[in-house]
Amino acid sequence: MTIGTYILVSVIKIVIAMFVLLTAVAYTTLAERKVVAHIQNRWGPSRVGPFGIWQPLADGLKFIFKEDITPPFAYRPLYLLAPILSLTVALSAIAVIPIGPWVTVGGVHTPLQIADVNIGLLIILGLTSIGVYGIALAGWSSNSKYSMLGALRATAQMVSYEIALGLSLVGVLIYAGSFSLRDIVTAQSGTFLGVIPKWNIFTGQFIAFFIYLMAAYAETNRIPFDLAEAETELVAGYHTEYSSMKFAMFFMAEYANMFTVACLATVLFFGGWLGPVFGPPILQALLPVLWFVVKVLAFIFIYIWVRGTLPRFRYDQLMAFGWKFLLPLAIANILVTALIVALK
Amino acid sequence: MHLALFIIFGAVCIGAAINLLVQKHPINSALSLIVVMGSLALLYLLLGAEFVAAVQVIVYAGAVMVLFVFVIMLLNAGEEERTPHGSRVATMLGVPGLIVGLGVGIWVVVRYAGLDRIAIGGPEILNGTEGFGNPHAVAQLLFRDYLLPFEVTSVLILVAIMGAVVLARREE
Repeated sequence: MTIGTYILVSVIKIVIAMFVLLTAVAYTTLAERKVVAHIQNRWGPSRVGPFGIWQPLADGLKFIFKEDITPPFAYRPLYLLAPILSLTVALSAIAVIPIGPWVTVGGVHTPLQIADVNIGLLIILGLTSIGVYGIALAGWSSNSKYSMLGALRATAQMVSYEIALGLSLVGVLIYAGSFSLRDIVTAQSGTFLGVIPKWNIFTGQFIAFFIYLMAAYAETNRIPFDLAEAETELVAGYHTEYSSMKFAMFFMAEYANMFTVACLATVLFFGGWLGPVFGPPILQALLPVLWFVVKVLAFIFIYIWVRGTLPRFRYDQLMAFGWKFLLPLAIANILVTALIVALK
Repeated sequence: MHLALFIIFGAVCIGAAINLLVQKHPINSALSLIVVMGSLALLYLLLGAEFVAAVQVIVYAGAVMVLFVFVIMLLNAGEEERTPHGSRVATMLGVPGLIVGLGVGIWVVVRYAGLDRIAIGGPEILNGTEGFGNPHAVAQLLFRDYLLPFEVTSVLILVAIMGAVVLARREE
Protein backbone atom coordinates (compact mmCIF):
# COMPACT_ATOMS: atom_id res chain seq x y z
CA MET A 1 0.00 0.00 0.00
CA THR A 2 1.42 3.38 -0.94
CA ILE A 3 1.53 6.21 1.58
CA GLY A 4 -1.13 8.07 -0.41
CA THR A 5 -3.70 5.28 -0.23
CA TYR A 6 -2.79 4.69 3.40
CA ILE A 7 -3.57 8.28 4.32
CA LEU A 8 -6.74 8.28 2.22
CA VAL A 9 -7.98 5.04 3.81
CA SER A 10 -7.15 6.36 7.29
CA VAL A 11 -9.00 9.62 6.70
CA ILE A 12 -12.06 7.75 5.38
CA LYS A 13 -12.01 5.47 8.42
CA ILE A 14 -11.68 8.41 10.82
CA VAL A 15 -14.58 10.28 9.19
CA ILE A 16 -16.83 7.22 9.29
CA ALA A 17 -15.85 6.39 12.88
CA MET A 18 -16.52 9.95 14.06
CA PHE A 19 -19.84 10.13 12.26
CA VAL A 20 -21.01 6.78 13.65
CA LEU A 21 -19.74 7.53 17.16
CA LEU A 22 -21.34 10.98 17.37
CA THR A 23 -24.64 9.69 15.99
CA ALA A 24 -24.53 6.82 18.45
CA VAL A 25 -23.82 9.27 21.26
CA ALA A 26 -26.79 11.43 20.25
CA TYR A 27 -29.13 8.48 20.05
CA THR A 28 -27.90 6.98 23.32
CA THR A 29 -29.29 10.05 25.06
CA LEU A 30 -32.67 9.30 23.51
CA ALA A 31 -32.40 5.59 24.32
CA GLU A 32 -31.50 6.46 27.89
CA ARG A 33 -34.50 8.74 28.31
CA LYS A 34 -36.80 6.18 26.71
CA VAL A 35 -35.56 3.18 28.69
CA VAL A 36 -35.45 5.01 32.03
CA ALA A 37 -38.93 6.36 31.30
CA HIS A 38 -40.27 2.87 30.71
CA ILE A 39 -38.56 1.61 33.86
CA GLN A 40 -40.36 4.40 35.74
CA ASN A 41 -43.66 3.66 34.00
CA ARG A 42 -43.60 6.80 31.82
CA TRP A 43 -43.40 7.27 28.03
CA GLY A 44 -40.33 9.48 27.67
CA PRO A 45 -39.81 11.78 24.66
CA SER A 46 -42.65 11.21 22.21
CA ARG A 47 -43.44 14.58 20.60
CA VAL A 48 -40.58 15.20 18.13
CA GLY A 49 -41.21 12.75 15.30
CA PRO A 50 -42.53 9.20 15.67
CA PHE A 51 -41.36 7.72 19.04
CA GLY A 52 -39.39 10.95 19.53
CA ILE A 53 -36.66 9.93 17.06
CA TRP A 54 -35.80 13.56 16.19
CA GLN A 55 -35.37 14.46 19.87
CA PRO A 56 -31.51 14.31 19.72
CA LEU A 57 -31.58 16.78 16.78
CA ALA A 58 -33.89 19.10 18.69
CA ASP A 59 -31.64 18.85 21.75
CA GLY A 60 -28.58 19.63 19.63
CA LEU A 61 -30.25 22.72 18.14
CA LYS A 62 -31.32 23.82 21.59
CA PHE A 63 -27.75 23.54 22.89
CA ILE A 64 -26.45 25.61 19.97
CA PHE A 65 -28.98 28.41 20.50
CA LYS A 66 -28.58 28.61 24.28
CA GLU A 67 -26.73 31.60 25.65
CA ASP A 68 -23.06 30.83 26.23
CA ILE A 69 -22.22 32.21 29.67
CA THR A 70 -18.73 32.53 31.08
CA PRO A 71 -18.83 33.34 34.80
CA PRO A 72 -17.02 36.64 35.51
CA PHE A 73 -14.58 35.12 38.02
CA ALA A 74 -13.77 32.02 36.02
CA TYR A 75 -10.17 31.50 34.91
CA ARG A 76 -10.85 31.84 31.20
CA PRO A 77 -8.07 29.87 29.42
CA LEU A 78 -8.63 26.73 31.48
CA TYR A 79 -12.39 27.24 31.52
CA LEU A 80 -12.28 26.99 27.71
CA LEU A 81 -9.67 24.23 27.62
CA ALA A 82 -11.51 21.84 29.96
CA PRO A 83 -14.48 20.85 27.73
CA ILE A 84 -12.23 20.66 24.64
CA LEU A 85 -9.83 18.35 26.46
CA SER A 86 -12.65 16.14 27.77
CA LEU A 87 -14.25 15.67 24.37
CA THR A 88 -11.00 15.25 22.40
CA VAL A 89 -9.72 12.56 24.73
CA ALA A 90 -13.07 10.78 24.82
CA LEU A 91 -13.35 10.69 21.02
CA SER A 92 -9.69 9.71 20.44
CA ALA A 93 -10.05 6.45 22.33
CA ILE A 94 -12.15 4.96 19.54
CA ALA A 95 -9.08 5.04 17.25
CA VAL A 96 -7.52 1.84 18.60
CA ILE A 97 -10.68 -0.22 18.99
CA PRO A 98 -11.01 -3.03 16.42
CA ILE A 99 -14.58 -3.53 15.25
CA GLY A 100 -13.90 -6.38 12.82
CA PRO A 101 -11.27 -8.51 11.07
CA TRP A 102 -9.20 -7.44 8.06
CA VAL A 103 -11.30 -6.74 4.98
CA THR A 104 -10.50 -6.10 1.31
CA VAL A 105 -12.47 -3.23 -0.20
CA GLY A 106 -11.72 -2.26 -3.81
CA GLY A 107 -8.32 -3.98 -3.76
CA VAL A 108 -7.23 -2.33 -0.50
CA HIS A 109 -6.56 -4.75 2.36
CA THR A 110 -7.16 -2.98 5.66
CA PRO A 111 -8.20 -3.74 9.26
CA LEU A 112 -11.57 -2.49 10.51
CA GLN A 113 -9.83 -0.25 13.00
CA ILE A 114 -8.33 3.21 12.61
CA ALA A 115 -4.93 2.34 14.06
CA ASP A 116 -3.75 -1.21 14.75
CA VAL A 117 -1.07 -0.51 17.35
CA ASN A 118 0.59 -3.10 19.54
CA ILE A 119 0.02 -1.10 22.75
CA GLY A 120 -3.67 -0.40 22.07
CA LEU A 121 -4.86 -1.14 25.59
CA LEU A 122 -2.19 1.08 27.14
CA ILE A 123 -3.20 3.93 24.83
CA ILE A 124 -6.78 3.70 26.06
CA LEU A 125 -5.62 3.63 29.69
CA GLY A 126 -3.40 6.65 29.00
CA LEU A 127 -6.25 8.55 27.40
CA THR A 128 -8.58 7.80 30.32
CA SER A 129 -5.98 9.09 32.75
CA ILE A 130 -5.61 12.29 30.69
CA GLY A 131 -9.42 12.62 30.64
CA VAL A 132 -9.37 13.29 34.39
CA TYR A 133 -7.85 16.73 33.69
CA GLY A 134 -10.89 17.83 31.72
CA ILE A 135 -13.05 17.36 34.79
CA ALA A 136 -10.51 18.60 37.31
CA LEU A 137 -9.78 21.79 35.37
CA ALA A 138 -13.47 22.44 34.67
CA GLY A 139 -14.22 22.36 38.38
CA TRP A 140 -11.23 24.42 39.39
CA SER A 141 -11.45 27.11 36.70
CA SER A 142 -15.19 27.71 37.20
CA ASN A 143 -14.41 29.30 40.56
CA SER A 144 -17.56 27.94 42.14
CA LYS A 145 -17.87 25.83 45.27
CA TYR A 146 -20.16 23.24 43.70
CA SER A 147 -17.92 22.80 40.66
CA MET A 148 -14.91 22.59 42.91
CA LEU A 149 -16.39 19.92 45.18
CA GLY A 150 -17.61 17.95 42.17
CA ALA A 151 -14.18 18.09 40.54
CA LEU A 152 -12.38 17.08 43.73
CA ARG A 153 -14.70 14.12 44.15
CA ALA A 154 -14.38 13.12 40.50
CA THR A 155 -10.60 13.33 40.54
CA ALA A 156 -10.20 11.28 43.71
CA GLN A 157 -12.73 8.75 42.47
CA MET A 158 -11.22 8.34 39.02
CA VAL A 159 -7.66 8.05 40.31
CA SER A 160 -8.76 5.40 42.83
CA TYR A 161 -10.79 3.32 40.42
CA GLU A 162 -8.21 3.55 37.64
CA ILE A 163 -6.04 1.19 39.68
CA ALA A 164 -8.75 -1.45 40.07
CA LEU A 165 -9.64 -1.00 36.39
CA GLY A 166 -6.07 -1.48 35.22
CA LEU A 167 -5.47 -4.50 37.46
CA SER A 168 -8.70 -6.19 36.38
CA LEU A 169 -7.37 -6.23 32.80
CA VAL A 170 -4.11 -8.01 33.68
CA GLY A 171 -5.78 -11.44 33.73
CA VAL A 172 -6.92 -10.94 30.13
CA LEU A 173 -3.44 -9.77 29.17
CA ILE A 174 -1.89 -12.88 30.72
CA TYR A 175 -4.19 -15.06 28.59
CA ALA A 176 -3.59 -13.15 25.36
CA GLY A 177 0.10 -12.32 25.93
CA SER A 178 -0.29 -9.00 24.11
CA PHE A 179 -1.43 -5.40 24.58
CA SER A 180 -2.82 -5.33 21.05
CA LEU A 181 -6.62 -5.34 21.13
CA ARG A 182 -6.67 -7.27 17.85
CA ASP A 183 -4.47 -10.02 19.31
CA ILE A 184 -6.64 -10.13 22.43
CA VAL A 185 -9.72 -10.78 20.28
CA THR A 186 -8.05 -13.44 18.11
CA ALA A 187 -6.78 -15.17 21.27
CA GLN A 188 -10.45 -15.72 22.21
CA SER A 189 -11.42 -17.58 19.03
CA GLY A 190 -12.54 -21.21 19.16
CA THR A 191 -15.15 -23.00 21.25
CA PHE A 192 -15.47 -25.55 24.05
CA LEU A 193 -17.30 -28.67 22.81
CA GLY A 194 -18.35 -26.70 19.74
CA VAL A 195 -20.97 -24.71 21.69
CA ILE A 196 -19.54 -22.36 24.32
CA PRO A 197 -17.24 -19.75 22.77
CA LYS A 198 -13.78 -19.34 24.30
CA TRP A 199 -14.42 -15.73 25.28
CA ASN A 200 -12.51 -14.56 28.32
CA ILE A 201 -15.70 -14.27 30.34
CA PHE A 202 -16.16 -18.05 29.97
CA THR A 203 -12.52 -18.99 30.51
CA GLY A 204 -12.17 -17.83 34.09
CA GLN A 205 -12.12 -14.04 33.82
CA PHE A 206 -15.62 -13.78 35.24
CA ILE A 207 -14.56 -11.95 38.40
CA ALA A 208 -12.25 -9.69 36.41
CA PHE A 209 -15.17 -8.73 34.22
CA PHE A 210 -17.25 -7.59 37.18
CA ILE A 211 -14.34 -5.67 38.66
CA TYR A 212 -13.86 -4.04 35.27
CA LEU A 213 -17.54 -3.18 34.93
CA MET A 214 -17.80 -1.60 38.37
CA ALA A 215 -14.54 0.31 38.03
CA ALA A 216 -15.59 1.48 34.57
CA TYR A 217 -18.88 2.81 35.89
CA ALA A 218 -16.94 4.77 38.46
CA GLU A 219 -14.48 5.98 35.81
CA THR A 220 -17.26 7.32 33.63
CA ASN A 221 -19.03 8.95 36.61
CA ARG A 222 -22.25 7.07 36.04
CA ILE A 223 -24.86 5.95 38.52
CA PRO A 224 -24.36 4.32 41.05
CA PHE A 225 -21.02 6.17 41.23
CA ASP A 226 -22.02 9.59 39.89
CA LEU A 227 -21.02 11.46 43.05
CA ALA A 228 -19.15 14.01 40.96
CA GLU A 229 -22.41 15.43 39.69
CA ALA A 230 -24.75 14.39 42.49
CA GLU A 231 -27.48 16.91 41.71
CA THR A 232 -29.17 16.59 45.11
CA GLU A 233 -26.14 18.09 46.84
CA LEU A 234 -23.87 19.66 44.19
CA VAL A 235 -26.31 21.18 41.66
CA ALA A 236 -24.50 19.56 38.73
CA GLY A 237 -20.97 19.05 40.03
CA TYR A 238 -18.02 20.02 37.89
CA HIS A 239 -20.07 21.40 34.98
CA THR A 240 -22.41 23.56 37.09
CA GLU A 241 -21.14 26.80 35.52
CA TYR A 242 -21.11 25.55 31.94
CA SER A 243 -23.86 26.32 29.50
CA SER A 244 -24.66 25.93 25.82
CA MET A 245 -22.26 23.90 23.65
CA LYS A 246 -19.59 23.82 26.34
CA PHE A 247 -21.95 21.85 28.54
CA ALA A 248 -22.92 19.75 25.53
CA MET A 249 -19.25 18.88 25.03
CA PHE A 250 -19.01 17.44 28.55
CA PHE A 251 -22.23 15.61 27.91
CA MET A 252 -20.94 14.15 24.64
CA ALA A 253 -17.65 13.22 26.31
CA GLU A 254 -19.50 11.31 29.01
CA TYR A 255 -21.48 9.30 26.47
CA ALA A 256 -18.45 8.74 24.22
CA ASN A 257 -16.65 7.38 27.28
CA MET A 258 -19.57 5.03 27.87
CA PHE A 259 -19.05 3.73 24.34
CA THR A 260 -15.32 3.27 24.89
CA VAL A 261 -16.02 1.30 28.05
CA ALA A 262 -18.62 -0.82 26.26
CA CYS A 263 -16.30 -1.45 23.27
CA LEU A 264 -13.45 -2.38 25.60
CA ALA A 265 -15.66 -4.76 27.59
CA THR A 266 -16.71 -6.39 24.32
CA VAL A 267 -13.16 -6.70 23.03
CA LEU A 268 -11.60 -7.89 26.27
CA PHE A 269 -14.23 -10.21 27.72
CA PHE A 270 -16.80 -11.01 25.05
CA GLY A 271 -14.68 -11.89 22.04
CA GLY A 272 -15.03 -8.63 20.14
CA TRP A 273 -16.39 -9.29 16.65
CA LEU A 274 -16.26 -13.10 17.06
CA GLY A 275 -19.51 -14.93 16.49
CA PRO A 276 -21.16 -17.33 14.05
CA VAL A 277 -20.31 -16.33 10.46
CA PHE A 278 -22.17 -17.86 7.52
CA GLY A 279 -23.82 -17.10 4.18
CA PRO A 280 -22.56 -15.33 1.05
CA PRO A 281 -19.28 -13.34 1.10
CA ILE A 282 -20.95 -9.97 1.66
CA LEU A 283 -22.77 -11.35 4.71
CA GLN A 284 -19.56 -12.95 5.94
CA ALA A 285 -17.88 -9.56 5.84
CA LEU A 286 -20.71 -7.76 7.62
CA LEU A 287 -21.63 -10.29 10.32
CA PRO A 288 -18.55 -9.75 12.55
CA VAL A 289 -19.28 -6.01 12.66
CA LEU A 290 -22.90 -6.79 13.47
CA TRP A 291 -21.88 -9.04 16.39
CA PHE A 292 -19.60 -6.32 17.68
CA VAL A 293 -22.32 -3.68 17.49
CA VAL A 294 -24.87 -5.97 19.17
CA LYS A 295 -22.52 -6.67 22.06
CA VAL A 296 -21.66 -2.99 22.51
CA LEU A 297 -25.32 -1.97 22.47
CA ALA A 298 -26.06 -4.65 25.07
CA PHE A 299 -23.51 -3.01 27.36
CA ILE A 300 -25.01 0.42 26.73
CA PHE A 301 -28.39 -1.03 27.66
CA ILE A 302 -26.95 -2.44 30.90
CA TYR A 303 -25.56 1.02 31.67
CA ILE A 304 -29.02 2.54 31.29
CA TRP A 305 -30.69 -0.31 33.13
CA VAL A 306 -28.33 0.14 36.09
CA ARG A 307 -29.06 3.85 36.07
CA GLY A 308 -32.77 3.18 36.25
CA THR A 309 -32.37 0.65 39.06
CA LEU A 310 -29.69 1.56 41.58
CA PRO A 311 -29.46 4.47 44.02
CA ARG A 312 -26.28 6.52 44.44
CA PHE A 313 -23.50 5.41 46.78
CA ARG A 314 -22.30 7.53 49.68
CA TYR A 315 -18.81 8.93 49.14
CA ASP A 316 -17.11 6.98 51.94
CA GLN A 317 -18.81 3.80 50.71
CA LEU A 318 -17.47 4.48 47.24
CA MET A 319 -13.89 4.90 48.42
CA ALA A 320 -14.03 1.92 50.79
CA PHE A 321 -15.52 -0.23 48.04
CA GLY A 322 -12.78 0.73 45.57
CA TRP A 323 -9.79 0.40 47.85
CA LYS A 324 -10.81 -2.32 50.29
CA PHE A 325 -12.85 -4.61 48.05
CA LEU A 326 -12.18 -4.17 44.32
CA LEU A 327 -8.41 -3.67 44.60
CA PRO A 328 -7.64 -6.80 46.71
CA LEU A 329 -10.05 -8.80 44.58
CA ALA A 330 -8.29 -7.67 41.39
CA ILE A 331 -4.89 -8.61 42.82
CA ALA A 332 -6.22 -12.03 43.88
CA ASN A 333 -7.57 -12.51 40.37
CA ILE A 334 -4.14 -11.78 38.87
CA LEU A 335 -2.46 -14.28 41.22
CA VAL A 336 -4.96 -17.05 40.47
CA THR A 337 -4.87 -16.42 36.71
CA ALA A 338 -1.08 -16.38 36.65
CA LEU A 339 -1.01 -19.63 38.64
CA ILE A 340 -3.45 -21.31 36.24
CA VAL A 341 -1.47 -20.20 33.17
CA ALA A 342 1.82 -21.24 34.78
CA LEU A 343 0.54 -24.71 35.69
CA LYS A 344 -0.99 -25.35 32.27
CA MET B 1 10.37 12.71 9.18
CA HIS B 2 11.89 11.47 12.43
CA LEU B 3 14.19 14.45 12.59
CA ALA B 4 11.33 16.91 11.98
CA LEU B 5 9.19 15.30 14.68
CA PHE B 6 12.14 15.19 17.06
CA ILE B 7 12.81 18.89 16.59
CA ILE B 8 9.12 19.81 16.99
CA PHE B 9 8.54 17.81 20.15
CA GLY B 10 11.95 18.67 21.56
CA ALA B 11 11.10 22.35 21.11
CA VAL B 12 7.65 21.85 22.69
CA CYS B 13 9.28 20.05 25.61
CA ILE B 14 11.84 22.79 26.26
CA GLY B 15 9.27 25.54 25.72
CA ALA B 16 6.91 23.97 28.24
CA ALA B 17 9.77 23.48 30.70
CA ILE B 18 10.65 27.18 30.46
CA ASN B 19 6.98 28.07 30.77
CA LEU B 20 6.84 25.92 33.92
CA LEU B 21 9.46 28.15 35.55
CA VAL B 22 8.10 31.46 34.26
CA GLN B 23 4.42 31.01 35.12
CA LYS B 24 3.27 32.62 38.35
CA HIS B 25 0.24 30.48 39.00
CA PRO B 26 0.93 26.95 40.30
CA ILE B 27 -1.79 25.37 38.18
CA ASN B 28 -0.24 26.77 34.99
CA SER B 29 3.12 25.41 36.05
CA ALA B 30 1.58 22.00 36.75
CA LEU B 31 -0.07 21.98 33.32
CA SER B 32 3.23 22.93 31.68
CA LEU B 33 4.82 19.98 33.45
CA ILE B 34 2.13 17.74 31.96
CA VAL B 35 3.03 19.04 28.49
CA VAL B 36 6.70 18.27 29.25
CA MET B 37 5.75 14.71 30.26
CA GLY B 38 3.62 14.30 27.15
CA SER B 39 6.31 15.48 24.75
CA LEU B 40 8.86 13.25 26.50
CA ALA B 41 6.50 10.33 25.89
CA LEU B 42 6.41 11.24 22.21
CA LEU B 43 10.21 11.39 22.11
CA TYR B 44 10.31 7.88 23.61
CA LEU B 45 7.85 6.81 20.94
CA LEU B 46 10.16 8.22 18.24
CA LEU B 47 12.97 6.14 19.73
CA GLY B 48 10.88 3.00 19.28
CA ALA B 49 10.15 2.52 23.00
CA GLU B 50 6.36 2.23 22.81
CA PHE B 51 5.90 0.64 26.21
CA VAL B 52 7.95 3.25 28.03
CA ALA B 53 6.05 5.99 26.18
CA ALA B 54 2.67 4.59 27.23
CA VAL B 55 3.81 4.13 30.82
CA GLN B 56 5.19 7.67 30.85
CA VAL B 57 1.74 8.98 29.95
CA ILE B 58 -0.18 6.67 32.30
CA VAL B 59 2.07 7.04 35.34
CA TYR B 60 3.52 10.54 35.10
CA ALA B 61 1.06 12.57 33.05
CA GLY B 62 -1.91 10.53 34.26
CA ALA B 63 -1.36 9.61 37.90
CA VAL B 64 1.43 11.72 39.41
CA MET B 65 0.40 15.00 37.81
CA VAL B 66 -3.28 14.44 38.63
CA LEU B 67 -2.23 14.33 42.28
CA PHE B 68 -0.24 17.56 41.83
CA VAL B 69 -3.26 19.28 40.29
CA PHE B 70 -5.48 17.77 42.97
CA VAL B 71 -3.33 19.18 45.77
CA ILE B 72 -3.18 22.62 44.11
CA MET B 73 -6.97 22.59 43.79
CA LEU B 74 -7.48 21.33 47.34
CA LEU B 75 -5.24 23.96 48.90
CA ASN B 76 -6.59 26.53 46.45
CA ALA B 77 -3.07 27.85 46.00
CA GLY B 78 -3.06 31.35 44.54
CA GLU B 79 -0.45 33.28 42.61
CA GLU B 80 2.96 33.06 44.16
CA GLU B 81 4.42 36.14 45.76
CA ARG B 82 7.74 37.29 44.43
CA THR B 83 10.40 39.38 46.03
CA PRO B 84 10.80 42.55 43.95
CA HIS B 85 14.46 41.90 43.11
CA GLY B 86 16.16 38.53 42.74
CA SER B 87 19.27 37.43 44.53
CA ARG B 88 22.23 39.35 43.07
CA VAL B 89 24.69 36.58 43.93
CA ALA B 90 22.57 34.06 42.02
CA THR B 91 22.56 36.28 38.92
CA MET B 92 26.28 36.90 39.10
CA LEU B 93 27.28 33.27 39.63
CA GLY B 94 24.37 31.47 38.00
CA VAL B 95 24.52 32.81 34.43
CA PRO B 96 28.27 32.27 33.92
CA GLY B 97 27.97 28.92 35.69
CA LEU B 98 25.18 27.85 33.35
CA ILE B 99 27.19 28.86 30.28
CA VAL B 100 30.31 27.02 31.51
CA GLY B 101 28.26 23.89 32.38
CA LEU B 102 26.55 23.82 29.00
CA GLY B 103 29.87 24.40 27.23
CA VAL B 104 31.54 21.51 29.08
CA GLY B 105 28.57 19.23 28.33
CA ILE B 106 28.61 20.03 24.61
CA TRP B 107 32.39 19.71 24.45
CA VAL B 108 32.30 16.25 26.09
CA VAL B 109 29.58 15.04 23.73
CA VAL B 110 31.31 16.36 20.61
CA ARG B 111 34.78 15.25 21.70
CA TYR B 112 33.95 11.70 22.75
CA ALA B 113 30.80 10.80 20.83
CA GLY B 114 30.97 12.97 17.75
CA LEU B 115 27.96 14.78 16.38
CA ASP B 116 27.43 12.20 13.65
CA ARG B 117 27.01 9.44 16.23
CA ILE B 118 24.16 11.11 18.11
CA ALA B 119 21.30 9.12 16.64
CA ILE B 120 17.92 10.81 16.63
CA GLY B 121 15.17 8.25 16.56
CA GLY B 122 14.43 6.04 13.63
CA PRO B 123 15.35 2.49 12.84
CA GLU B 124 19.11 3.10 12.91
CA ILE B 125 19.10 3.35 16.69
CA LEU B 126 17.60 -0.11 17.11
CA ASN B 127 20.99 -1.68 16.33
CA GLY B 128 19.41 -4.88 15.10
CA THR B 129 17.83 -5.79 18.44
CA GLU B 130 14.55 -7.34 17.37
CA GLY B 131 11.50 -5.76 19.01
CA PHE B 132 13.56 -3.33 21.05
CA GLY B 133 11.34 -1.37 23.43
CA ASN B 134 8.15 -3.32 22.93
CA PRO B 135 6.34 -4.75 25.98
CA HIS B 136 7.74 -8.24 25.41
CA ALA B 137 11.35 -7.09 25.33
CA VAL B 138 10.86 -4.92 28.41
CA ALA B 139 9.25 -7.84 30.26
CA GLN B 140 12.16 -10.13 29.33
CA LEU B 141 14.59 -7.64 30.84
CA LEU B 142 12.57 -6.86 33.97
CA PHE B 143 11.31 -10.30 34.88
CA ARG B 144 14.17 -12.51 33.69
CA ASP B 145 17.52 -10.77 33.36
CA TYR B 146 17.10 -8.21 36.13
CA LEU B 147 14.47 -9.87 38.30
CA LEU B 148 16.29 -9.50 41.61
CA PRO B 149 17.24 -5.79 41.27
CA PHE B 150 13.71 -5.06 40.08
CA GLU B 151 12.08 -6.77 43.05
CA VAL B 152 14.53 -5.25 45.52
CA THR B 153 13.77 -1.78 44.11
CA SER B 154 10.06 -2.32 44.50
CA VAL B 155 10.54 -3.42 48.13
CA LEU B 156 12.62 -0.29 48.68
CA ILE B 157 9.83 1.88 47.26
CA LEU B 158 7.33 0.07 49.47
CA VAL B 159 9.46 0.82 52.53
CA ALA B 160 9.65 4.48 51.46
CA ILE B 161 5.86 4.66 51.12
CA MET B 162 5.37 3.16 54.57
CA GLY B 163 7.93 5.60 55.97
CA ALA B 164 6.03 8.50 54.40
CA VAL B 165 2.77 7.28 55.93
CA VAL B 166 4.36 6.98 59.37
CA LEU B 167 5.95 10.42 59.14
CA ALA B 168 2.82 12.13 57.82
CA ARG B 169 0.58 10.59 60.44
CA ARG B 170 -0.08 12.86 63.39
CA GLU B 171 -0.20 11.36 66.84
CA GLU B 172 -3.65 11.71 68.34
